[in-house]
Amino acid sequence: MKELHKTSVSRRKILTVGVAGVGMLAMPSILRAQDRSLKVGVYGGYFKDSFDENIFPEFTKATGIAVESVAEPTGEAWLVQLEQAARAGQAPADLSMMSQTSTLKGQETELWTPLDPARIGNYDDLLEPFVAKYPDGRVAGIGAVAWYITLVTNTDVYPEAPDSWAALWDPANEDKLGLLALVSNSFLLEVTAKTFMGGTDALDTEEGQIEAFEKLAEVKPNVRLWYRDEAQFEQALKSGEIPMGQYYHDVTGLAAADGFPVRSTFPKEGGIQDSGNWVLSRASDKVEEAHIFIDYMSRPEIQSLMSRKVGTAPTLKRDKLDLTDEEFAAVSSEIDPIIPRYDLYTSKSDWLNQKWTEMIVG
Amino acid sequence: MRREPPRTIADYTPLAFPAIMLIIFFVVPFSTMIAVSFFRRQQGGFYTPDFVIDNYGRFLSAFFGGVLGFSLMLAIMVAVICVAIAFPFTYLLTKTSRRVQIVWLVCLLSVLSLSEVIIGFAWSTLFSRTAGITNLLVAAGLMSEPQALLPGFGAVLTGMVYQALPYTILVLYPALVRLDPTLLEAARTLGASPLRGFINIIVPALRNTIVATLIMVFVFALGSYLLPQILGRPQHWTLSVLITDQAIYQSNMPFAAAMAVFLVLISLALVGLTLLVGGRREATA
Repeated sequence: MKELHKTSVSRRKILTVGVAGVGMLAMPSILRAQDRSLKVGVYGGYFKDSFDENIFPEFTKATGIAVESVAEPTGEAWLVQLEQAARAGQAPADLSMMSQTSTLKGQETELWTPLDPARIGNYDDLLEPFVAKYPDGRVAGIGAVAWYITLVTNTDVYPEAPDSWAALWDPANEDKLGLLALVSNSFLLEVTAKTFMGGTDALDTEEGQIEAFEKLAEVKPNVRLWYRDEAQFEQALKSGEIPMGQYYHDVTGLAAADGFPVRSTFPKEGGIQDSGNWVLSRASDKVEEAHIFIDYMSRPEIQSLMSRKVGTAPTLKRDKLDLTDEEFAAVSSEIDPIIPRYDLYTSKSDWLNQKWTEMIVG
Repeated sequence: MRREPPRTIADYTPLAFPAIMLIIFFVVPFSTMIAVSFFRRQQGGFYTPDFVIDNYGRFLSAFFGGVLGFSLMLAIMVAVICVAIAFPFTYLLTKTSRRVQIVWLVCLLSVLSLSEVIIGFAWSTLFSRTAGITNLLVAAGLMSEPQALLPGFGAVLTGMVYQALPYTILVLYPALVRLDPTLLEAARTLGASPLRGFINIIVPALRNTIVATLIMVFVFALGSYLLPQILGRPQHWTLSVLITDQAIYQSNMPFAAAMAVFLVLISLALVGLTLLVGGRREATA
């Protein structure tokens, strides 16, 4: 009995030493927090390069907070990594740019630290679709940038620009299209509903969704490539190998500016408007820095700067910005956009995914 | 030096390191995967620990059966084609001088340094209409206009055979190099032609090696998920592609894990069957 008591004392001693040791190891990170920094995840490649070059240095200059940018893969893949890391108490990035669907999915597990609107100066000027809220009203994410997926064509193969999404269904375009391979990033159900069924409200019911699937299945003979990887389609579009499809308006514009024979058209039914939110991982302790960052990024002059330098559409109301009509037209359009039904991709994601896979594989 | 059977526990210590590595890098991850495959999926979110068999239930459908069948068929075809090309090639290679052998083997090893992505994109360019090999045929006057050779089954098969061939040759090489040359010499002195000697003597003598190589290439090809995406149409996507979709894009880990476990079980069963049939034939022979 005596001996047992002895060991328990020594065990406590070991614990004390251990805690002190961990404390000492943690010291450098406390020291480092004084010169402030923030890890920000943005989509790798073109986006990250433009932000690194044009936006982040300005932010550091204005606030003294250093930004370490992290290249993130597509929203869904990054979400999985963030969630796994948060379970282990790690944050590979404090703030991340996250797609709407992934923001909603993250909300289900309370992955995002709620943000305080009072600390974001231009909160009231944000367009309504660009504030992501938890069902109880807490703010989960603030719109970072918006972008459009439009109808793109190779100008050598198509001298005349198509004016409607219906061109995808045209039998003359057999084996000529490149479309995104997933139901949750191609938003083709919404395109089908807006083009042929009078609007995306037609997708409210399961019958409507099935009808959209059936109409969409008619497009299959025209599709040469269902792509997951953007580079795969971009290359083929530039060379004319796959001369038509859906792609990002900003990147296509840049390619056209570089002299490639490509063009992006807003069809009369509207381009697909997608956007990314700034979201803060619950495993991050940089709450203060994150708010300063989001406040800075939501300023009208920064939103305008991003439209000019990165080619994204602004998340603030048009009248708050100093963009000229020409500059605005380069990144956006007055045509009423197709807004994806993000709600469906959380509430019915497995069913839609199964139907979609069966449609394109079958 | 005489080899003695291990007697004490200490004699087994050299085994400890590989055993620990196997446990850390194979047993633990695989067990985790099996566990996750029984977890409950939260739609739109992640998963909670549980014991449900829904994930397996969803897999048991005609649709996934078809995809599984295609994946197995593709892997078997790749294995058979690889061995059919690599076996005669490696045999001829072992008959050449040391220097020629080294050059060939270095070239083959350099192919192994290419990732699946590079192989996929390289073949997609070679098979394209705008920059592909058919342009050469047009220039040579053999074709009237360039054609796209992808996406299609032929393109997928070519890419996968290209990727697996160096492995096949490297696995076959040691066995063929060590083959006793007097076997063939004896056949030749008894009047067999070189081809006949090859088919009737060399191939049967190395039957076990061939079966082992087939199995290795089969398993290797079964895991391919990029080449079918880059070079094929959706109907050429393998089960591995759909597993990736579920794990990466749908964040449905339980279903992805269930599909992966199923794929492992089916391939283990096929390998077991092959060995069983081979072993029985050996016993009767």
